Amino acid sequence: MDEARRVVLRGAGATGMFAAALAAGLLKPERALAASWNKAAFDAKSTIDAMQGIGAANPQKSEDIIIDAPQIAENGAVVPVEITSKIAGTTAIAVLIEKNPQPLAGQFQFMAGALPYVKVNVKMGESSLVRVIATAGGKHYTATKDIKVTAGGCGG
Amino acid sequence: MAGPMKARAKMRGNYTEIRVLMSHPMETGLRKNKGKVVPKHFIQNLTVKLNGKTVIEGEISQAVSRNPVFSFRVDGAKKGDKVEISWLDSKGDTNKTETAVA
Repeated sequence: MDEARRVVLRGAGATGMFAAALAAGLLKPERALAASWNKAAFDAKSTIDAMQGIGAANPQKSEDIIIDAPQIAENGAVVPVEITSKIAGTTAIAVLIEKNPQPLAGQFQFMAGALPYVKVNVKMGESSLVRVIATAGGKHYTATKDIKVTAGGCGG
Repeated sequence: MAGPMKARAKMRGNYTEIRVLMSHPMETGLRKNKGKVVPKHFIQNLTVKLNGKTVIEGEISQAVSRNPVFSFRVDGAKKGDKVEISWLDSKGDTNKTETAVA
């Protein structure tokens, strides 16, 4: 028993172990579908890691990102956030709720024909800064808004 | 799991507003029901197409509220243009709906 374990551990390094675990049915491939989902960024537990995950580690502050949301949200389970980017050539908008267990709530890509605008309801575990990152011409811009929550929306 | 989905697209001056409602529990994996953790289950991808061409793609997390409602805006759409919205969740379930610009 112990020896078998050692063989596995000594085995062909990380890839080998992964393949062995997969064969043993220990790990299930999360999803075998084509659509992409930035797991690393969505799983990130800090805003900085999530920002790195979407490739926007050092965004520049901008007043041309308008975040329309209540200052005080009574129900953290449904907090409406309306975002408009006035930055010319905006192609993506990401929403991060800094104090949520995983800050990144969503990222939207805008192709030709779409305006850089989105309205979405998000869950907030507690009062937090809501950070928006807009991407335009390969550069990243950011704005924040402080939202107070009187009843959280994550556990229960 | 795929409940009803509703969409509306309306011209508002120089842009068209698309509103969509998706029926989905958006479980965070943090909520408990009778002491047992309800596993994570949420929409991950959504796509908005205008006349067959993708105009908006979204990747979202469990932090989007239950039964998500989104508003988007598109430029240059005409009355009768076809708007198609679809989603894909963390279990591989999917749903779509379509509407015409009014």
